[in-house]
Amino acid sequence: MLKTDMLIDAKDIKSTISRLKNEEDFTLLLDITAVDYMEYPDVTPSRFAVIYILRTSNFKKQISIKAYVDDNTLEVDSITDLYFAADWGERETFDQYGIRFKGHPNLKRVLNHHQFVGHPLRKDYPVTKGQICTETEDLMDEMIPLLKRKGYTEADMEDLMMLNVGPSHPASHGTIRNFVAMEGETITACVTEVGYLHRGFEKSCETHTYSQIIPYTDRLNYCSAILNNIGYSKAVEDMLGIDITPRAKMIRVIIGELSRITDHIVCNAANMVDLGGLTNFWYIFAPRDKAYDLLSKLTGARLTNSYTRIGGLEFDLYDGFAEDLDAVIKDVEKAIEDSLSLIEHNRIFHDRTQDVGVIKQDFAISAGITGPNLRATGVAFDLRKDAPYYGYENFDFDVVVGSHGDVYDRIMVKFEEMRQSIRIIRQAMKELPDGPLNVDHQGIFLPAKKDVYGNIEGLMNQFKLTFEGIKVPKGEYYGYTEGANGELGFYIVSDGSGTPYKVKCRPPCFYSLGAYARIVEGNMLADAVVTMASMNFIAGEFDR
Amino acid sequence: MGLGAEANLGDSIITTKLDEAINWARSYSMWPMAFGTACCGIEFMSVAAAKYDISRFGAEVVRFSPRQADLLIVAGTITYKQAPVLKKIWDQMCEPKWVISMGACACSGGFYDNYTTLQGIDEVIPVDEYISGCPPRPEAVLDAIMNIQKKSYNESIIKDRERNFKGILDA
Repeated sequence: MLKTDMLIDAKDIKSTISRLKNEEDFTLLLDITAVDYMEYPDVTPSRFAVIYILRTSNFKKQISIKAYVDDNTLEVDSITDLYFAADWGERETFDQYGIRFKGHPNLKRVLNHHQFVGHPLRKDYPVTKGQICTETEDLMDEMIPLLKRKGYTEADMEDLMMLNVGPSHPASHGTIRNFVAMEGETITACVTEVGYLHRGFEKSCETHTYSQIIPYTDRLNYCSAILNNIGYSKAVEDMLGIDITPRAKMIRVIIGELSRITDHIVCNAANMVDLGGLTNFWYIFAPRDKAYDLLSKLTGARLTNSYTRIGGLEFDLYDGFAEDLDAVIKDVEKAIEDSLSLIEHNRIFHDRTQDVGVIKQDFAISAGITGPNLRATGVAFDLRKDAPYYGYENFDFDVVVGSHGDVYDRIMVKFEEMRQSIRIIRQAMKELPDGPLNVDHQGIFLPAKKDVYGNIEGLMNQFKLTFEGIKVPKGEYYGYTEGANGELGFYIVSDGSGTPYKVKCRPPCFYSLGAYARIVEGNMLADAVVTMASMNFIAGEFDR
Repeated sequence: MGLGAEANLGDSIITTKLDEAINWARSYSMWPMAFGTACCGIEFMSVAAAKYDISRFGAEVVRFSPRQADLLIVAGTITYKQAPVLKKIWDQMCEPKWVISMGACACSGGFYDNYTTLQGIDEVIPVDEYISGCPPRPEAVLDAIMNIQKKSYNESIIKDRERNFKGILDA
């Protein structure tokens, strides 16, 4: 049975984690969540357990730690002074489960609105019980302590201009709200509020079978839906202990990298629009539409593809796929060239992006920032190299790193990563093996239609898989892949039935957004807009 | 001297009904306010981009200020937390105004049948056009815009549009 790596006493959370951080080099806090064992078939010491997932500084090893929480107090020690990332991680756990973290500087809801009563991810909260919110909060309860910590007196605060940016603002994607205190054009303090797109992904997972969740994962990071499909399917396949076929692996690599390209295209195009360069948007968006045509030929959908299945893929490649893919890649290469020719020697572009929104390396690690945003600071962390899966170790590609961690680096890292993805795709297309596409396992994959209509075993098999879902063995598992935004992890708890007991997605940009307020403080407001665009915050992912 | 059809007309005058002229002008110059919150917002970007080119319908002036827009396109899931914001934006738009509800989430909550998602934006604001799909293809959005154009053709400047709408956030 799959278990967490460590089971500790709730009293020892702080001491254990600080030992792991300082002596065993677990410097990256990936995620904090909790599990409500109220309906779990096994007897547990108490109803709630908190889960911490950490990773070492060489990124090769990760560890999950579980501690049962005392039912009477529902309180554990906060680890916010060890990791910056714990701030939002603990807030979310409090919001969804009602577990309090002693010593947390600002323990309030983060995803649900302030008029919400109860804790939705508890098993006794009905999934459809919505609660109306009549007004947004003013956020002064966070802003005033923040300014006080920065040394402002009540009289000083009179001179500051309080400005609300978002949620409906062209630069904030309609879902991020930043409340800033400004001195002239400079931001002195910033409070970020999210949750405007919290769609209850994790709660919905608990009422659907494993296969039915795949469409939900599409809508996490909707710019690269297939990478989410792959991340989730891989986690479930690891729990089942099955190895998918070589052909499926290779197709997942190809389509996943194409997905990464489209994601970076959207991010960079939107970033240039926020800088005022609309031409780039037209240049880079055209090949993306071509890529969508290819994906809709292959999967039937442009944006939300739901292409993977547990144990394989929905369809095999169609005839003529290779030529189409080649044309798309050529277009993307040309678009990158075109776009770069517009900005490479553009003085305005350089002045607006260089030395703006700088993220320091040690802060990025502490805040749990991963993916292109971390690589732009110069840390060469890429799960495709550090913990390879699907044969990424056999491809010849480079990890792209920046040097300065500013907006310019982040844009250029994304451009270069597109080129590296193209390299991977070209190698993978050459190596594409023949053979079966999906695993041949009757408890996992739907039988062929001739069996469904031809014999009783096939019919029953189809019936059981459709109605009960794939029976995943009891246990808890954290599966991870390199998503477009960083480490995309799924922490899945199974009770042995066809429906997951709990699914927690580790969204890469949730933690980047938690750090965003600290990054933009001291910068100009206009630079904060550009910084936000360059960090690729996807609302579906951080709000889930 | 113009180069189009007006070149042949010289300095003559065309008479028409005021409603006709105004509706004609209005329907080909919809200024959308894109309230894009999620995946549909990305698909709306595709509608605006080169291939589908919303400007063929005169609706390319995408504004993010409700004061400058007459067509609200709600593209994406609206949660209970977002609902007051949407309501405020709708209230701030000047008459005449139209609403397109784009995608399954905005129309009905889609498959997010849970504690956080508003089960259709028509619980909060009135809707003129619903687009199905998750997300809809860009052609569907263009179709909705054409339907709004037809709708706006039947307006009259002397009559206010009837609104007997009462949503869950209306006191």
